[in-house]
Amino acid sequence: MFKKKGKSRLIPNYIILLLLVCLALGPILVLFFNSLKSFNDLGTNPIGLPRVVQIENYVNAWVQGEFATTLTNSLIYVVFTVAGVLVLGGMAAYSLARLDPPGDNFYLVYMLTLSTLPFWLYVIPLFIMWRNLGLLDTRAGLIIMYIAFNSPFAIFLLRSFLMSLSRDFEDAARVDGANEWQVMTRVVIPIMWPAFLTVGLVVGLGVWSEFQAALIFLQRDELMPVTTSYYNFTQRFGRDWSLTSAGAVMMIAPVLALFLALQRQFVTGLTQGGIKL
Amino acid sequence: MKNPDELQTESSAAGDGATVAVSPHKQSWLHSRRFRRHIMPWLFIAPITLLHLVVVVGPSVAGMYYSLTEWSGIGKAEFVGLDNFRELFFEDRNFLLALRHNLMWLAFFLTVPFAMALAVATLLAQVRIGSMAIRTAFFVPYVLPSVVVASIWRMLLDPRLGFGVALENWGIKGLAYPYLGDKNTALAAIAFVDNWHWWGFLMILFLTAMQSIPSDLYDAAKIDGANRWQEFLHVTLPGIRPTVFFMLMMTAIWSFLVFDYVWILTHGGPAGSSEMLATYLYKQAFQRFEAGYGAAIGITMSAIAGVMATIFVLLRRRGWDV
Repeated sequence: MFKKKGKSRLIPNYIILLLLVCLALGPILVLFFNSLKSFNDLGTNPIGLPRVVQIENYVNAWVQGEFATTLTNSLIYVVFTVAGVLVLGGMAAYSLARLDPPGDNFYLVYMLTLSTLPFWLYVIPLFIMWRNLGLLDTRAGLIIMYIAFNSPFAIFLLRSFLMSLSRDFEDAARVDGANEWQVMTRVVIPIMWPAFLTVGLVVGLGVWSEFQAALIFLQRDELMPVTTSYYNFTQRFGRDWSLTSAGAVMMIAPVLALFLALQRQFVTGLTQGGIKL
Repeated sequence: MKNPDELQTESSAAGDGATVAVSPHKQSWLHSRRFRRHIMPWLFIAPITLLHLVVVVGPSVAGMYYSLTEWSGIGKAEFVGLDNFRELFFEDRNFLLALRHNLMWLAFFLTVPFAMALAVATLLAQVRIGSMAIRTAFFVPYVLPSVVVASIWRMLLDPRLGFGVALENWGIKGLAYPYLGDKNTALAAIAFVDNWHWWGFLMILFLTAMQSIPSDLYDAAKIDGANRWQEFLHVTLPGIRPTVFFMLMMTAIWSFLVFDYVWILTHGGPAGSSEMLATYLYKQAFQRFEAGYGAAIGITMSAIAGVMATIFVLLRRRGWDV
């Protein structure tokens, strides 16, 4: 009897939670349904299930939105940014956690303070400098910026992960005559994979979704990531919801698949400090 | 604490000199203690730091200078002192309007998402069956790119094809309205869309914090005869206060920097009714080529965000926080 009472006590909880789950997932379902509708079907039936499934929307969106190019571009930005952040940020984190550089406390305060400088404070001079250096409207220019934006987060997360690990393995390797480079590449990097994965997912998701820097720093269509290109696409085909919905589904499908597969790593990473705009 | 450290430095420096004197190979310097202990650690840190200095710190300093100039971004910048700021605060009504919108945005985001997240985290914390699935569902909107979220809601808020029309078909009339096209509702509609993607993440943060509250505190409250509301007020809320406080601070900072949703959904329109500091800066700097004026807006935004952060840090020192 007690048990029954305990369960029925939670019924209002479930009702409210399920209503809010509908609010969270409903719009995404509508996006998916609309991506399969014909233009006329959508006009008379904007929310419900498609009456006739029209898979050609995906083909049309793929071609007219140039998704082959832009998805590749986004992938390039993600891969190079993540690689750069992990290599350069990982080196710094390793040094801060293990090599005790003189003045490291000062450095941490510096990073913590200056990593909060907002994008809008430095974007104009950065734009001018990038133009003068010939980095404006180039892939390399955008990747360098993304690495710089994401590095403080990576340094802090990797450093704290390393500090939670025991130094025994490394000391054993040193006793066996390994130099610092060998200690890092043979001992430390292999045990750091979980942290690399977390940082990689958070940074990768951030770059995949990034809009404002790509909007400002890229003008050429063939270099655009999927976000700004999709934005232009929706401006051009504004009222053809079925076409733009199909494009949106193609953009989020890889993200959602990866999120569902690696949910725990995503959530830990994002809640630990990937808290950003 | 400092003395042994200094001593060590000196002795290692002395030892270093001796090594070089005895064996003048390049190798020996690379293996010297001084290099290993003092130089090499910084060589690991230098690349990323230089990058951050060039991309973020240097331009930030330059931005402060350019805010004092009249400059198109090409050629020489003309120094005009505080003229840009005088114009911003005393003549530019669009700027003041944008500032007001950012303050309204701040008020919305300090209250609505926090209330929703606290309430739902409390409800979800009591639930066992299906808890993980519900959590996943709430997190999904947060991982979607802003362009997609905006695209979904532009569709749903459309007066002819949106949810209002669907409700009309089911008999509920009066909700088909051009929410994004009316200057009285545009800002609220954008805030709603941004919050749709944001509050679930906030809820997960609060839920995680709630789960680290020791359960014997709840047991003690039950023994004392506390009801659910008293439990929330005296056990849950104090337990997650650091998280709530930190997120209030971050929200206060971000509220002055918001760009994506406003730009994608309305470009600040109609008739400036959803103009924000960031969209206004973008228009000034990158569409009208007023680089100096834009930099002044950037400084103002950053300064306000900085003041907000400072207020929170001071409140925390005063003991508002554990």
